Amino acid sequence: MANSVQVEEAGGGGTPAAKPAAAPRASVWQRSLNALAIPVLALFSALVLSAFFILGSDPVVLTAWSKFFANPGGALGISWKTVADAYGALFLGAIGNPGQMARAAELYLTTGQTQALVNAFYPFTESLVASTPYIFAGLAVALGFKCGLFNIGAEGQIYIGALVAGFVGYSFAGLPWIIHMPLTFLAGALGGAVWCAIPGFLKAKTGAHEVINTMMMNYVAFNLADYLLNGPMKRGGPEGFIPISPDIQTSAEFPRFFPSPIRLHLGFIVALAMAILVWWFLYKTTLGFEIRTVGANPRAARYAGISVTRNFVLAMALSGALAAMAGAGEVMGVNHNIAQGFSPGYGFDSIALALLGGSHPLGVVFAALLFGTLRNGATKMQSLATIPIDIISIVQAFVIMFVAAPAIIRWVYRLKAGGGAQAIFTRGWGG
Amino acid sequence: MAPLLELRGITKQFPGVLANDQIDLTLEPGEIHALLGENGAGKTTLMNILYGLYTPDAGKLLIRGKEAQMTSPDQAIHLGIGMVHQHFMLIPQFTVTENVMLGDETLQRGVFLDRATVAARISEISEQNNLQVNPDAYVKDLSVGAQQRVEILKILYRQSDILILDEPTAVLTPQEAEDLFKVIRALVARQVSVIFISHKLKEVMEIADRITVLRNGRVVGTTRPAETDMAALARMMVGREVILTVDKKPARPGAVVLELEDLMVLDDRKHLTVNGVSFQVHAGEILGVAGVQGNGQTELVEALTGLRAIAGGRTRILGHETTRATPRQILEAGVAHIPEDRQRDGLVLNYPIADNLILNTYYLPPFASGISMHENTIFATAEELVKAFDIRTPSVRTAVSSLSGGNQQKVIVARELSRHIKLLIASQPTRGLDVGSIEYIHQQLVAKRDQGAAVLLVSSELDEIMSLSDRIAVMYRGKMMDIRPSDQVTREELGLLMAGVQPT
Repeated sequence: MANSVQVEEAGGGGTPAAKPAAAPRASVWQRSLNALAIPVLALFSALVLSAFFILGSDPVVLTAWSKFFANPGGALGISWKTVADAYGALFLGAIGNPGQMARAAELYLTTGQTQALVNAFYPFTESLVASTPYIFAGLAVALGFKCGLFNIGAEGQIYIGALVAGFVGYSFAGLPWIIHMPLTFLAGALGGAVWCAIPGFLKAKTGAHEVINTMMMNYVAFNLADYLLNGPMKRGGPEGFIPISPDIQTSAEFPRFFPSPIRLHLGFIVALAMAILVWWFLYKTTLGFEIRTVGANPRAARYAGISVTRNFVLAMALSGALAAMAGAGEVMGVNHNIAQGFSPGYGFDSIALALLGGSHPLGVVFAALLFGTLRNGATKMQSLATIPIDIISIVQAFVIMFVAAPAIIRWVYRLKAGGGAQAIFTRGWGG
Repeated sequence: MAPLLELRGITKQFPGVLANDQIDLTLEPGEIHALLGENGAGKTTLMNILYGLYTPDAGKLLIRGKEAQMTSPDQAIHLGIGMVHQHFMLIPQFTVTENVMLGDETLQRGVFLDRATVAARISEISEQNNLQVNPDAYVKDLSVGAQQRVEILKILYRQSDILILDEPTAVLTPQEAEDLFKVIRALVARQVSVIFISHKLKEVMEIADRITVLRNGRVVGTTRPAETDMAALARMMVGREVILTVDKKPARPGAVVLELEDLMVLDDRKHLTVNGVSFQVHAGEILGVAGVQGNGQTELVEALTGLRAIAGGRTRILGHETTRATPRQILEAGVAHIPEDRQRDGLVLNYPIADNLILNTYYLPPFASGISMHENTIFATAEELVKAFDIRTPSVRTAVSSLSGGNQQKVIVARELSRHIKLLIASQPTRGLDVGSIEYIHQQLVAKRDQGAAVLLVSSELDEIMSLSDRIAVMYRGKMMDIRPSDQVTREELGLLMAGVQPT
């Protein structure tokens, strides 16, 4: 500490109000409000900043601005309209049209007709479908963070999970679904666990940094997938030239809940269940206590008789299993096969997402819903408002920057510094 | 005549803490002014303000009667203020000359370092002040005491006449401290003024011309050694009556609990740091290991607690071989460990108090069955321990990071001593704590001894070793110089042993 000043009672950590007389705990409401303030303001700021990129990418707007002095109102007007259209389309694509939803609900209640209802709620359910792999992969990265490990190999583990689940899914014919479906899912998870335990083991035994090794294992996984999908796992028949696997058995599919085209599947429920399970594991079990202690202070963990190396391997295996579930879930719930490049970078986005969610399972679920919603809405934005889909990556990048540097948000919005302990994500290199 | 230095109404607010509250202080030419206070009283903050590292929220700073706006250490140096920090700011791989000229290099023809001129000047200053510093020696080869003299020389070289010494004796043997006092007196005779920061009453009484006592960021009073005594100073410092001696009955040693045979331990750089140490600790006694920091005590304790591999020799606890035991096996054998660096090893700072209180028993009943942890039991036990060990906190859910150092240490003491233990290994258990907490922890150690536990106390505070131990071992460069009953050894003898000299 630069200054050796400490208060006798409590509250040295920057909370002016932490006098002993104060209530022992802030109310749950107050605490969640504090926890949410930064991410919500970060998202808002990201949308505002990204608006400038939307304007810059639109030739009509740029032309209007070049004639700003002749017609300033025109330039401002068209700018406003462009941004409003873009974000409007994003909303329509991500959530749906509220009016249409209300009319469809009314129609359903009066006549029992479902098709309008399905159409109206389709965008919203698609957002949930897109969020599903984000939840799994975000939990994976978050669990690694809790142990002080930076698993940036989630993308590779997603492919491994998909390949193993896919193989079990199409090659084991004749099993009842009650066995085949869980077997397929768990096989995928196991594949990811083994895959990710390797860098965990290397770290524990040799000190090799997991960032390097998970990154390298990504390339192995991508190329392994390429090889398998062009060779042993390639589908035969007329489509034999496409690098795609055979379709999995119906008995291995995650059931869908609603009539087509709604694709919302069991995987979403499983993902939410996993979030609860991970929360329980981390905060209510001795194994989770060990993992968190190793992550928060490995020296104190050793002092307390906790094996740091064993927990590195365990945390990496669990992280790999969760990431692989994202791949298995996509195969079983959405694609029903494995195609080359089927993941649009869920694994990489999940790193940012885990940071945004504060490495807490609940935070991860919210962040995953946000990312899934943005990604889903972006497609609509591209088709309706002809805004490049990459704008969404810019929004995401800004969100992460602001969450990673909360001082900016606090300064812009004049928030008081939060007193709570900073979440520990991961330690630096060579640790 | 105006004082050399005058602080008027200095106030500094940190979030949640008023570190300095309306502090007035004057320093006369040629004076040794001691700043006495517990950790957290605001001494270091005040000196950092004086040295330009912090800007005060209110108050004035006058140097030689002129108001000064201090914004950086550069400016402080320019105004003749020099500071020797607790942790030295020297580059070990550089020579004394290079270290002294660093930041104020004398050049030849504009680009080359003029080492010869600087070295000559260093020799001159060293001789004038009896500093005994060789300008060509590498700092890494110097003893701690000599490094401290290099720091002082650095300040004199810059022709500063206000010298701030921050807890200068913390790293010295008693003899080295005596030497330092001689140097300080010589400097003062040459009209250099010294601000001497300390929390040790004895040395303040010995060296100071005037003593200003700080408590909770305020000046309690200024006095002179002739007008006060140690008990009065302690009262000013703590704000209540303090018992300075530990009250303990004679030990009744029992069976051997810990046994070391020719123990060899390597440090992180693979140097032999504990070199053939053998001793025994009995139930119901406190064995104190004295020694200047860095003579192998840290590695010895880590080896005994399973945190560091043992390179040779063996250890036994209650007759069981523990040479290759894991930390958990040693823990389960009934060993408690108060680690040297509480924040680094003994606590998870962002965990609540309750979790820190079960840090090494979280997997045992009643806190867990199987893998499921029992939160209610954990919190209920924590509530009891917080009461029993007088941990000052608003709640057991409060993160340990927001507690004061003394209360953090009480969390560790509560955790370690509340278990049923046979052996307690306490390493620097009161380092950096306030007098009240020290008193409390000393009582707890003696109480544990009286309950029949063996206690191994490692400390670099000689007073602590002497007042608590039944037998005293002195460690020097990885070896035990001697082990003697505490009533058969004097402070001077211990000082010599700590410096590696066998008294005859």
